[in-house]
Amino acid sequence: MRRFFKKLFEKIIEGILFLSSTVTSLAIVLIVIFLFREGFALFGRSPVEEGFVIAVNNKNPVSEIKASQIKDIFDGKITSWKELGGNIEDIVLFRTDDISNYFSEEELGENLEHVPAKISELINKTPGIIAFIPEKFTENDFAGKIITTDKITAGKFLAEKQWYPTAQPAAQFGALPLILGTLWVSFAAILFALPLGLATAIYMAEIANEKTRRVMKPLIELLAGIPSVVYGFFGLIVIVPLIQKVFNLPVGETGLAGSIVLGIMALPTIITISEDAIRTTPLSMKEASLALGANKWQTIHRVIIPYAISGITAAAILGIGRAVGETMAALMVTGNAAVIPHGLLQPLRTIPATIAAELGEAPQQGLHFKALFALGCILFLMTLGINLLVEYISSKRKNISR
Amino acid sequence: MKTDRKLHLARQRKQVIAFNLFRILSITVVAILFIILSFIIFNGIKVISWEFLTAMPKEGMTKGGIFPAIVGTLCLISGSMLFAGPVGVLSAIYINEYTRDGVLKRFIKLMTNNLAGIPSIVFGLFGMSLFVNTLGFGDSIIAGSFTLGLLTLPVVIRTTEESLKSVPDSFRHGSYALGGTKLQTIRKVVLPIAFPNIITGLILSIGRVSGETAPILFTVAAYFLPKLPHSIFDQVMALPYHLYVISTSGTNITESRPMAYGTALVLIAIVLIVNISANGLRKYFGNKVKMN
Repeated sequence: MRRFFKKLFEKIIEGILFLSSTVTSLAIVLIVIFLFREGFALFGRSPVEEGFVIAVNNKNPVSEIKASQIKDIFDGKITSWKELGGNIEDIVLFRTDDISNYFSEEELGENLEHVPAKISELINKTPGIIAFIPEKFTENDFAGKIITTDKITAGKFLAEKQWYPTAQPAAQFGALPLILGTLWVSFAAILFALPLGLATAIYMAEIANEKTRRVMKPLIELLAGIPSVVYGFFGLIVIVPLIQKVFNLPVGETGLAGSIVLGIMALPTIITISEDAIRTTPLSMKEASLALGANKWQTIHRVIIPYAISGITAAAILGIGRAVGETMAALMVTGNAAVIPHGLLQPLRTIPATIAAELGEAPQQGLHFKALFALGCILFLMTLGINLLVEYISSKRKNISR
Repeated sequence: MKTDRKLHLARQRKQVIAFNLFRILSITVVAILFIILSFIIFNGIKVISWEFLTAMPKEGMTKGGIFPAIVGTLCLISGSMLFAGPVGVLSAIYINEYTRDGVLKRFIKLMTNNLAGIPSIVFGLFGMSLFVNTLGFGDSIIAGSFTLGLLTLPVVIRTTEESLKSVPDSFRHGSYALGGTKLQTIRKVVLPIAFPNIITGLILSIGRVSGETAPILFTVAAYFLPKLPHSIFDQVMALPYHLYVISTSGTNITESRPMAYGTALVLIAIVLIVNISANGLRKYFGNKVKMN
């Protein structure tokens, strides 16, 4: 009997241990569900603010306007209906607040109860009008025509170049500048971090004596331990003004500042992983090379580096992954301008920085909020791809060494 | 003969050049670390005082102290470790002691690796969506702790796994030979030996938790809240977020600059203490095991 309970107890403990080990998998599943549920809700929606419509005069031949055109119209860049395929007629902009320019307070009624009717009347008598008004105004006897806009799709989200998430009446969700900004900064960061990190890894693994190595190892760990917000702070106070002075720029918050800071942050990842890879080179291979009369440097660059190259590649890719996902430092030093980057000496903006900067102000359940989650999905997929690639490279490597 | 010697000399020269280049680049990396550390330490040390550490922020965060942020960060550290510590250690025990090499083990490891690779801001989005909104915790210590706990879980699992792996199999076999069950072997033999390394891993993950900003932005951190939390459902200030706020968007950035240096120094100090004590523990117990 006692033995039975003992066995039962062991089984229960095993069950608890098993449950704990499922937490990470569960977390990933939940992250995917919550992220993608919220993010994908963006697609198929109209970019016009919820509860509002865009209306024109009934006789206007135009019945569909693209979201980007709506923005240009209300920004005053498109001024004639002809540009939209309509009549030769100037566009008259109208927002609900403008109503007081057309009607007196008495006409609108004490509690503004006549506003819907008056707006309808105004739209009816102004041929060139485009009105941005609440949807509920159009419910009874509305004389105008409601314009349809193209829906937000995943393709447009990825390919369009305008990121104006709070633009009225139609928000613009083009993630391309943010995606490119992230990639630019990350690749530039690796360009600068890889030589430095790889050299350090080779030095620590093959050149330095044991004592130097024992001093350097914890220092590299410390570099990895410094919080990203401290790197951001350092970048903001030291690197940003330096860049501004050196390149004589109007602002120092640039892609270059971002890549330097992110490069420093990626160093520990690159160093530790490539050092591990270099260390796995079998002693017999090194000895064979030395026995053939090669000196140490020839052994390093003809034998050790080729042997460790896949590990070094993995280190570089993981370094990029670290830079891609870095939030606070990027937010603090890159200048946050959502434009397609043409060089590193101008402000740009990364995906994580966009989420961090805008999520607090985006009304929950609004389009902007969903768009930020969709950005989160892109980021998640990017880093997942990077991780799987590294996993693939290192599994291939194990096969070779067998 | 002469050309051989020339070749040899050329080769040696190449080696000297390459080695010196690598040495210089390595020194650059270490120098970067020291520049960052000394910059923050020298500028921050002037600000650190008893008042700075124990007073509430005053006058738009340009005067006073950072006490609520320190308390907030301590709350988040303990909250997240209460979650990630047990779950991480138990899960590592399962992976290392119960599963055999196979699909299940590889799957769990793949998932853990992938979780480690997810950017911290994605954890922030997820924490906001699940803990703050869906479960209705609101911006609170508990929501922030769970988010940070999930983020650091892979670190705990990995370090614990390494510590368990370093226990030689002969110890386990000895225990089995004496009639010990699996659980007894783990409790009485494996865990006591692995314990110091497990603790070291937990300490290192404290360092990680204390500095993370992105996951707490939308789950717990308060911009300015000059009072201490009363329950786990309260918002708190936190050191890293406080540093971000006063160095970028505070009411008066130039006047709050000294406060920012001080906060950065406190953050760095936590990281330093964590790293030094982890290394010390490692050395201390490492020697002890060897002596036995």
